[in-house]
Amino acid sequence: MSENYRNNFLREVEEKVEEGHWVKMCMQCGVCAGSCPFGPHWAHPPQEIFMMIRAGKREEVLSSDSMWMCTSCYQCIVRCPRKLPITHIMHGLANYAYRLGLSPKKQPTQQFASMFWNNLAQAGRVNELKLSLGMYFKDGFAQGIKNAMAMQSVGLGMVKAKRLNPMELFAPHGVKDKSGFHAMLKKAREIEDRRKNLA
Amino acid sequence: MAKKTFSFYPGCSSQSKASSSNYLTSTQSMCKLLDIELKEIPDWNCCGASIGYAEGGELPRITLSARNLALSEKNNPGMDVVATCAACWLSTREAKERLDHSTQMKADANEALKEAGLAYEGKQNARHMAEVLVEDFGFDELKKGVKNPLQGIKFAGYVGCQTNRPFGIAGESFENPMYLDRLVEAMGGEAVTYDQKVTCCGGALAFSEPEKSQKQIKDIIESAYDHGAEMIVTPCPLCQANVEIYQGEVNKRYGTKFNIPVTYYSQLITVAYGGSAKEAALDGQIIRATRLEEIAKK
Repeated sequence: MSENYRNNFLREVEEKVEEGHWVKMCMQCGVCAGSCPFGPHWAHPPQEIFMMIRAGKREEVLSSDSMWMCTSCYQCIVRCPRKLPITHIMHGLANYAYRLGLSPKKQPTQQFASMFWNNLAQAGRVNELKLSLGMYFKDGFAQGIKNAMAMQSVGLGMVKAKRLNPMELFAPHGVKDKSGFHAMLKKAREIEDRRKNLA
Repeated sequence: MAKKTFSFYPGCSSQSKASSSNYLTSTQSMCKLLDIELKEIPDWNCCGASIGYAEGGELPRITLSARNLALSEKNNPGMDVVATCAACWLSTREAKERLDHSTQMKADANEALKEAGLAYEGKQNARHMAEVLVEDFGFDELKKGVKNPLQGIKFAGYVGCQTNRPFGIAGESFENPMYLDRLVEAMGGEAVTYDQKVTCCGGALAFSEPEKSQKQIKDIIESAYDHGAEMIVTPCPLCQANVEIYQGEVNKRYGTKFNIPVTYYSQLITVAYGGSAKEAALDGQIIRATRLEEIAKK
């Protein structure tokens, strides 16, 4: 019976977004919004996102930069009186919007998140030097030099304390079984795309 | 035979010359002093951290941890997995919950793992090193081995997010966990009461949203100073890095004069147990922890 009242977007979220089946459980108390460290920077705090999903506002939700403000602090999860895994739903919505190409363009956290994943997927372990440089140079070479110069003292301090290695560019850390690792990730992605009809 | 043996997952930031290599060095020293044997999981991979979600999605992300757990089951049987990094622990434990909870997730992950010749069964628990200290040793037991008490040093125990939420240490509150303070006290130091103990440092967003994150970092350090702390101690490598290395940036932005050392619990224990500054990897601090260096074995 309740199926009849569910709009298409809510159904879509329940089927395709990580932990999306929880969205209907939100009781709009707003504790998540008040608990979020970046709360003031969310155009729509989580409880608003949940209501927007239930109101069928697909475009507004998926193109919002709100979910990209999540720092993964898990404060909302532990405080939610209805025990919604809010952090994961926000991650899931962000990932889904990104996969559909609807997430805001040049959103810095989206760019960093993609860079992070591609970095680890390549060698199996994160190359911190390449990741930092990639982030500095994401808006072009000139801006990259400017960013790197601005952060020079931080970088040099790290090198001096032996916590950043310039040689990481040439001899990076990584897993030994790269072919198995790559095949595993490829297969996992295939299965996920099949299950969520994303391919 | 060591008193305790664990299957060890050090994580990317703990590798040689990576951002928390001082965490690894001090952990190894601490474990030697506590008679804990760490057997590294052979060929472990990155856990994906939290920020991996955007590109990685759900199953590929969980499969990363499933591979580590499968490698551990195969090579280090009969042990619990122990991680020192907050994100590594969180990802691994989260993945284990999902894999054990859903037969489909487990079957899917195993289909992917087969490509690497591995299988996940779910035989081992994923624990954080802080849990081992608190649950397997306990504060009274830990106190017994102290040779050089950290007397007179006032610490702000900065627990942060991911060793505290959503799992945390059993029996602790999310809002005011006490284990880090008790650990400081067991080592002979003084733990100050301050109001930013579980505040988020911005996490990975310190990179992508520096202004917003540095506001978080400023609040944490300011409160630590205001309540008399002369040093911060944390169980999380990202908390450590963010709160230590951006102090110069925060000072520029806010006109503050912050210069507070940020250390790991493993460094405190190593020093208190009679280890040297080198064993405690105090040379890995960007802001020197001089008070600890003075107490450390010469």
